[in-house]
Amino acid sequence: MIPLEHYLVFGAILFALSVAGIFLNRKNLIVLLMCIELMLLAVNTNFIAFSHQLGDMAGQVFVFFILTVAAAEAAIGLAILVVLFRNRRSINVDDLDSLKG
Amino acid sequence: MQSTLWNDLAAALPELWMLGAVCFVLVFDLFVPAARRDLTYWLVQATLAGALVFTVAGHDGGRTLAFGGHYVVDEMAVLLKSAIYLVAGAVFLYSRPYLKDRGLFRGEYFVLGLFGVLGMMIMVSAHSFVSLYLGLELLALSQYAMVAFFRDSLPASEAAMKYFVLGALASGMLLYGMSVLYGTVGSLDIATVANALSQEEGRSAFALFGLVFVVVGIAFKFGAVPFHMWVPDVYDGAPTSVTLYIGSAPKIAAFAMLMRLLSESLGPLTGDWGQLLAVLLVLSMAVGNIIAIAQRRIKRMLAYSTISHVGFLFFGVMAGTQEGYAAAMFYAIVYAAMAAGAFGMLLLMSRQGYEPEHIDDFKGLNERHPWLAFLMLLLMFSMAGIPPTVGFYAKLAVIQAAVNVGEVWIAVYAVVLSVIGAFYYLRVVKYMYFDKPEESHPVQPGMDAQVIMGINGLAMLALGVFPGGLMALCLRAVGY
Repeated sequence: MIPLEHYLVFGAILFALSVAGIFLNRKNLIVLLMCIELMLLAVNTNFIAFSHQLGDMAGQVFVFFILTVAAAEAAIGLAILVVLFRNRRSINVDDLDSLKG
Repeated sequence: MQSTLWNDLAAALPELWMLGAVCFVLVFDLFVPAARRDLTYWLVQATLAGALVFTVAGHDGGRTLAFGGHYVVDEMAVLLKSAIYLVAGAVFLYSRPYLKDRGLFRGEYFVLGLFGVLGMMIMVSAHSFVSLYLGLELLALSQYAMVAFFRDSLPASEAAMKYFVLGALASGMLLYGMSVLYGTVGSLDIATVANALSQEEGRSAFALFGLVFVVVGIAFKFGAVPFHMWVPDVYDGAPTSVTLYIGSAPKIAAFAMLMRLLSESLGPLTGDWGQLLAVLLVLSMAVGNIIAIAQRRIKRMLAYSTISHVGFLFFGVMAGTQEGYAAAMFYAIVYAAMAAGAFGMLLLMSRQGYEPEHIDDFKGLNERHPWLAFLMLLLMFSMAGIPPTVGFYAKLAVIQAAVNVGEVWIAVYAVVLSVIGAFYYLRVVKYMYFDKPEESHPVQPGMDAQVIMGINGLAMLALGVFPGGLMALCLRAVGY
């Protein structure tokens, strides 16, 4: 039996890795999309661990919803990526500089 | 059992109507020839009108929970949903000629817009973390697609990418916070979470850890400093009709999310999130108002102005009293109307092959179209908070609520920064009235747009002189 804390630490590490990936990655937008998926999976790990611990099904049901939304999100993200590539001919993060903040 | 299901469905009638109507519009639009596309537009307006009727007429004045506590109809839901329909209707009306001039007048804009409205309705009526998240994502995914809608524009696709990545990051933060709260409390239901947290043993450090992530997620969605990087880029890069959509009605829905999460479910931790909001609002007011002065591009200027208004909205919520919530709700509704008017004005001044991009384009608007110039004057005065427009009353109500709980210093700070902020609004007014026009092409918006813009602008004045009615509704909505 793996204790709850291990799952939580695992989820926290995954989450931290994905957030770091979003901010540090300057090369490839597809890696960014992968980071976003990883973040949602970290949250799912948390929900399932808690749900099992508490003996409450609601958390696991929420995970199914998150998975569905993640799929839709990936579809829209990739579609935007294709549009961007057609206009810019590049998916390098550093090239996204035509809007100046 | 069966009667429960019917009661649930009856409670959610506005959402069901909206869902059915959007699906119908989606299919209907496929069979409409391009020349008759106006039919789609009118169908969209009829959908919004129908939803308004169902929402207002279907409400019995009480509080109804449905679908096992995932969905709620209360005074706040009815008021905010009605405001969302009205603002969204005005948004579609202002957008129509702009889209036609640019060959973008397609059904997708309206279908995505309506799906976004459905998402906002679900957010406003959410009573559990699940329904809140699903509503939020339905709105956000529609918005990402709308920003990328102008396929051949490089700035639009870039803005869409930035919006998508940072929006997804915000949702991830929010979800992580929700998962931690679920772990502490053992429920996703908003009322149960509040009950558990009001016990002394419920207030663990772990709950605070979740709270921080939830607040960060909310701040991202609102665009509060230091999570504001996406706001100017998205507002500036997106087609103006989409900027108008993003900048107006979703602010009301975001306010509802703030209320449901912070006030209703995390209410027992008011002292803790109040401090977080205080930091966010102090930074937002400063960055928003000061950087806006340096902007020459009008959409970017209005984006920074949004950030400063978000600061004010947080100020009302931070007070943590019924009075503060009501003032913030008043502010959110009024801000959505002001933003719809200000961005709508950019659409009204556009024509084929031209749209106002810099604030210099407002020079001499009074000579070219005095009526629009006057309405823009009212909108700018209202945003700056100059009496007798409603912006003044909204700011006054927020500050009053905050002073009543002893936040005098932040109130003084807010007033000083509003005065600094007034500079860039008044600069637009000065350009309109005291400078010579740089181009002579007449401004000729359609009759319907002029009438609605007139109502929109004059409402700023009327609500400023008689704020009592809307304020009473807001106070009732927070159960005062």
